[in-house]
Amino acid sequence: MAFKIIASQCTQCGACEFECPSGAIKFKGENYVIDPDKCTECKGVSDTQQCATVCPVPKTCIPA
Amino acid sequence: MSVPMISLESLTSTTSFDELLATAKSGGCASSSCGLSGKPNDMDPAIWEKIKDHPCFSEEAHHYFARMHVAVAPACNIQCNYCNRKYDCANESRPGVVSEKLTPDQALRKVIAVANEVPQLSVLGIAGPGDACYDWKKTKATFERVAREIPDIKLCISTNGLALPDHVAELADMNVDHVTITINMVDPEIGVRIYPWIFYDHRRYGGIEAARILHERQMLGLEMLTARGILTKINSVMIPGVNDEHLIDVNKWVKERGAFLHNVMPLISDPAHGTLYGLTGRRGPNAMELKALQDRLEGGAKLMRHCRQCRADAVGLLGEDRGQEFTIDQIFGEVTYDASKREAYREVVAHERRDHVAARSEAVGTVKAVSSGKSLLVAAATKGGGRVNEHFGHAKEFQVYEASPRGISFVGHRKVEQYCLGGWGENTTLEGIIAALEGIDIVLCAKIGNCPKDRLAEAGIRVTEAYGHDYIETAISALYAAEFGVQPLAATA
Repeated sequence: MAFKIIASQCTQCGACEFECPSGAIKFKGENYVIDPDKCTECKGVSDTQQCATVCPVPKTCIPA
Repeated sequence: MSVPMISLESLTSTTSFDELLATAKSGGCASSSCGLSGKPNDMDPAIWEKIKDHPCFSEEAHHYFARMHVAVAPACNIQCNYCNRKYDCANESRPGVVSEKLTPDQALRKVIAVANEVPQLSVLGIAGPGDACYDWKKTKATFERVAREIPDIKLCISTNGLALPDHVAELADMNVDHVTITINMVDPEIGVRIYPWIFYDHRRYGGIEAARILHERQMLGLEMLTARGILTKINSVMIPGVNDEHLIDVNKWVKERGAFLHNVMPLISDPAHGTLYGLTGRRGPNAMELKALQDRLEGGAKLMRHCRQCRADAVGLLGEDRGQEFTIDQIFGEVTYDASKREAYREVVAHERRDHVAARSEAVGTVKAVSSGKSLLVAAATKGGGRVNEHFGHAKEFQVYEASPRGISFVGHRKVEQYCLGGWGENTTLEGIIAALEGIDIVLCAKIGNCPKDRLAEAGIRVTEAYGHDYIETAISALYAAEFGVQPLAATA
């Protein structure tokens, strides 16, 4: 029930951080990371996961 | 010919305020033209006041003033086929590319460090590397911090327009009086070939719907800015085979909606950049194709022809980039803004510009009086101040002017690889420079060696160093008069 970010593909633009409706994404150390305890996969908020929808690199925000 | 009152180069290399002011005062006002400004005759004084120190909004200002971009806004809400968001290279100079992203606090430190060292600095712009209006919190935080420390710096923003209508009121509140919107189409059918998707209102849109939404938001944003008296520049990427002819319509639409300037830029396309256009072999226009389209647009929305398509972290005069001198790891400890250098520089530039305006108007008069009906394309090597003051071998670009019965106008620049590095001239580099100077009749420079001079002559390009340190327009008027068989009128010095 959570998404994750493939760090090697991430451009670190940070769009997912402010689009995430659950505040589950933070910049930690050198990468953006999704907190699996907070991630709801946007259930009840939108049909598609906001992080994956805004991310400019395909297959970078994916189911954990 | 006008005598240089003081050298702008000496200004930018001196360090103390007293030294700078002494240089400034020593020039006095040698010109009979005191009271003139660089203001074009047909321009509203209120608008001139806004743009006279902005190198991007005023061609005249770009000889004297510098901009810096801080890369605080990496997030973007659209995908363009000429952009690859994973790309990052210190040696590439084009929009969207940066070497380091900054937080608003880091950006403030960098702006202060640059303002203390680069007296020409007049504008702080945020141009991504994503979209400044979409990544709004960071953009706003940066502007607020900088405006508090350096109240007289001009704030400027560049956006794709999708999120622009949401922030026009705040832009006005923060005194951001220059906004650039990138508008590549006014017909969604064409937009489909440029934008694969947009992210809007928490959804991703593709196809014609994406292009339609983007188009509507761009027009709305432009109209809202015009209504508030914020000056707008429209950037359009000329993509041959996609929107080149269509940019004539774009020019009309944006003019009707109050755009102040229209900047048509060539597509930059290379497979190595990993963009869709690069990978599918769509090429950018060459310098003469770009000029031909710009010439067709004359008479519509006023054109910007001096754009250098700079990086989202560029620092310096438009033709130069000193960004590498000011990376955040080189800025140590506490930085405090010292206004003295910028103030002294402005004082000197005010003098110098009056002199330049008088020289230019004299030069234009000379060219018009020749009434030959012919035109001459001249490329000048310059390091600022509107003068022929750069060696051929040191030039990284040439500024191109056209002299014709209409007068003398700046028509663009040609980027080149520096010919002379450490005393050596490379043959392959010279071939590249000759190719870049396609269509140019005469090159003006402060100095040139015999070898490159002969090679250029073989390629049909004449070079002269006879006008070293003169104003570019003064040199061109003398050349034009000589070329078309009439004695130059009233040379003054």
